[in-house]
Amino acid sequence: MLKPIDVLMVGVGGQGTILASRVLAQAAQAAGYDIKVSEIHGMAQRGGSVVTQVRLGEKVYSPLIVKGGADILLAFEKLETLRLLSYLKKDGVLIVNDQAIDPVPVLVGAAEYPPNIPEYLRNTVPGTLVFDATEIAGRCGTAKAANVVLLGAMARRLPIERAIWGKALAERVPAKLLEVNRAAFAAGYELG
Amino acid sequence: MKELLSGNAAIARGAIESGVTVAAAYPGTPSTEILENLALYPGVYAEWSPNEKVAVEVGIGASLGGARTLVAMKHVGVNVAADPLMTFSYIGVNAGFVLVSADDPGMHSSQNEQDNRHYARFAKIPLLEPSDSQEAKDMVGLALDLSERFDTPVMLRTTTRVSHSQSLVEIQDPQPRKLKSYVKDIKKNLMLPTYARPRRVALEKSLAGLKEYSESSPVNRIEWRDRSLGVITSGISYQYVRDVLPDASVLKLGFTNPLPEQMIRSFAAGVQKLIVVEELEPFIEEQVRAMGLALAVKGFIPYTGELDPGILAAALVKAGIIHSTGGIAKAGYDLAESPAVPARPPVLCPGCSHRGVFYALRQLKLNVSGDIGCYTLGGLPPLEAMDSNICMGASIGVAHGIGKANPALDARTVAVIGDSTFLHSGITGLLDVVYNKGNATVIILDNRTTAMTGHQQHPGTGRTLAGDPAPAVDLEALVRALGVKRVRVIDPLNLAETEAAIKEELAAKEPSVIIADKPCALLTKAVQPAVRVDAQKCTGCRICTRIGCPAISIKDKLAQVDAAVCTGCNLCLQVCREGALVKGEEKHA
Ligand SMILES: Cc1ncc(C[n+]2csc(CCOP(=O)(O)OP(=O)(O)O)c2C)c(N)n1
Ligand code: SF4
Ligand code: SF4
Repeated sequence: MLKPIDVLMVGVGGQGTILASRVLAQAAQAAGYDIKVSEIHGMAQRGGSVVTQVRLGEKVYSPLIVKGGADILLAFEKLETLRLLSYLKKDGVLIVNDQAIDPVPVLVGAAEYPPNIPEYLRNTVPGTLVFDATEIAGRCGTAKAANVVLLGAMARRLPIERAIWGKALAERVPAKLLEVNRAAFAAGYELG
Repeated sequence: MKELLSGNAAIARGAIESGVTVAAAYPGTPSTEILENLALYPGVYAEWSPNEKVAVEVGIGASLGGARTLVAMKHVGVNVAADPLMTFSYIGVNAGFVLVSADDPGMHSSQNEQDNRHYARFAKIPLLEPSDSQEAKDMVGLALDLSERFDTPVMLRTTTRVSHSQSLVEIQDPQPRKLKSYVKDIKKNLMLPTYARPRRVALEKSLAGLKEYSESSPVNRIEWRDRSLGVITSGISYQYVRDVLPDASVLKLGFTNPLPEQMIRSFAAGVQKLIVVEELEPFIEEQVRAMGLALAVKGFIPYTGELDPGILAAALVKAGIIHSTGGIAKAGYDLAESPAVPARPPVLCPGCSHRGVFYALRQLKLNVSGDIGCYTLGGLPPLEAMDSNICMGASIGVAHGIGKANPALDARTVAVIGDSTFLHSGITGLLDVVYNKGNATVIILDNRTTAMTGHQQHPGTGRTLAGDPAPAVDLEALVRALGVKRVRVIDPLNLAETEAAIKEELAAKEPSVIIADKPCALLTKAVQPAVRVDAQKCTGCRICTRIGCPAISIKDKLAQVDAAVCTGCNLCLQVCREGALVKGEEKHA
């Protein structure tokens, strides 16, 4: 039996990781996979870290991904990439949004936001993809679609056809935002 | 048709499919979405009760009244509801009753990680443990059938990873059910000692029947694979076992109180080595050992914290059951050179009405007896203005006790409690202060919502779970009716007013209540123009960072306000001594 594909999405409350995981789940289901999605709710609204785990395959048991087990780490924020990097397996895919959101200890000067995270990531994980999804989304019509740009960049790495992604997007995104999100997804797909 | 549902959404669906028409709950992570989902279906009465004890009592009434009933709560909610539950098992049900207890191993969002399977054994009621959303849905129907068949409330126990994980669920059509008729039967339902004694005996008889049922329950099953290792497991742990030990034989228990002893014995006899894999307490393990069965290893899984496949694999290696974590816990990249990663703790939102109170408490250096809600974040740096918290509602009793222990502490101690928490279980504490002539000063943080768990309605908000208008309790009148004479309402984002009120009420030699009256910033979304920094005046003294607002930072030794984040609550203006923070100007259209 095929081992499941493990996707870890990390970010900060309010960055749209939930919508991204919904679209992914929808696409995976349409492609005929068994799927489990696990997310920790709770204090996310109050600016904490958000971690969503998605596993898809012929048959998925545990909803949890183990350390060193993630095939793909999709990071919506740079610092959160570092925090969860131990979950990425060797030869795994790392896609990072070049965006920094300062946590409170940094805001108040009690800690430093590490400089040069992209450099460290590129040196550590060969083939790391880092880009400014917020800026790309802005060019597509709204910076808020950064999550969908990231999703698009990841989409190509999964065994799910392009057309299925398009449908999943249409089912999960409100109709009036669909065009912008389609553009954002396509822009990400080009990069991925 | 299959749908991807969270465990909680699946439980709601299961309730609908099996004819539940009454549901009650008090919110609490990870249980909250069960009622939120149920309330979306037509034909169901679903309520937020003021606390879990009331929810269970409403549920008992609904069952007596003839309706299939679901009551849901987080694990600690069952402590609050334990009193009715422990005797409900004596009287039994009319229509089926299921109590969902959502436990939180690892304390993602809780003050403890108690294992509520013990409650089922304690209350002598059947216990079901789903391991994914499909089972969560199916077990609601099973629980209700068993409830009616064995005349008992049934506990359905989930954990965070069942409640908050989504997996595919087969959707079925709802089964309409007729209301049962109400029957007056005092020998069964009136628990005076005379009638309770025979019911106590009847309870044991019903347990014996349940034990027999357990042996043939469709949710207890043996999966024979390689017989050199046999694993007994339940709930989410089953999924981890399948990932880590794909070849082992497994006794999967879905019905775990009372345990199927014969089934366990014959499974044990069929394997060379026997182990139990479960999260939190050795609930099954201890009972298996009490049966006199030999386990290859005991207590090899940590009793504390959440289990996951990686932890399980490592524990199995350490115990010598497998030789390598091989297929599971792989080595990732070498991260020895990784830069230090600053923590990202949750913080009070920008514009949060609680912030002013905690800043004032910090300035006054008081002892703060705290409670549970968003405002508990006021105990973390930089505010650090809460000394203790235990369970919902405890703040007032604790403050009263501190004052009785040492009257000298009275004038330095305040209790701080949210509005939902006060209505949940703070009222009786305050009644005690008045009755027993305490001096406690109580601050009720009235943000008109249950913010912590995602903004649920409560008896003070003027709306029901379904969103319909409802009478809103008048907090001021309520505390006056309890006998508190000194009651005042303040604006918690006005620092001078807040500090002055706290000082005056502490000085008074009688109970007093300060109602900090301001809606949750996320609820109103009432955004005023963002504050501006006057770079000429800012000295970089950092005082403004002590209020812990995520909109404020220091860059190049000067304060900065992120205009996209600032709500214009104007609290920071009041702490800056240089006048460097300036109220934003209204934009004229
Ligand atoms: C017995 C129990 N039930 C539920 C919870 C979950 N919970 C914690 S605080 C809280 C209510 C918070 O509301 P409120 O007191 O109004 O404070 P806010 O979060 O709005 O600041 C709830 C439901 C709990 N910890 N214990
Ligand atoms: S949700 Fe409301 S009460 Fe909670 S921290 Fe944010 S503003 Fe404050
Ligand atoms: S920056 Fe000042 S005005 Fe803006 S939200 Fe924070 S405390 Fe309120």
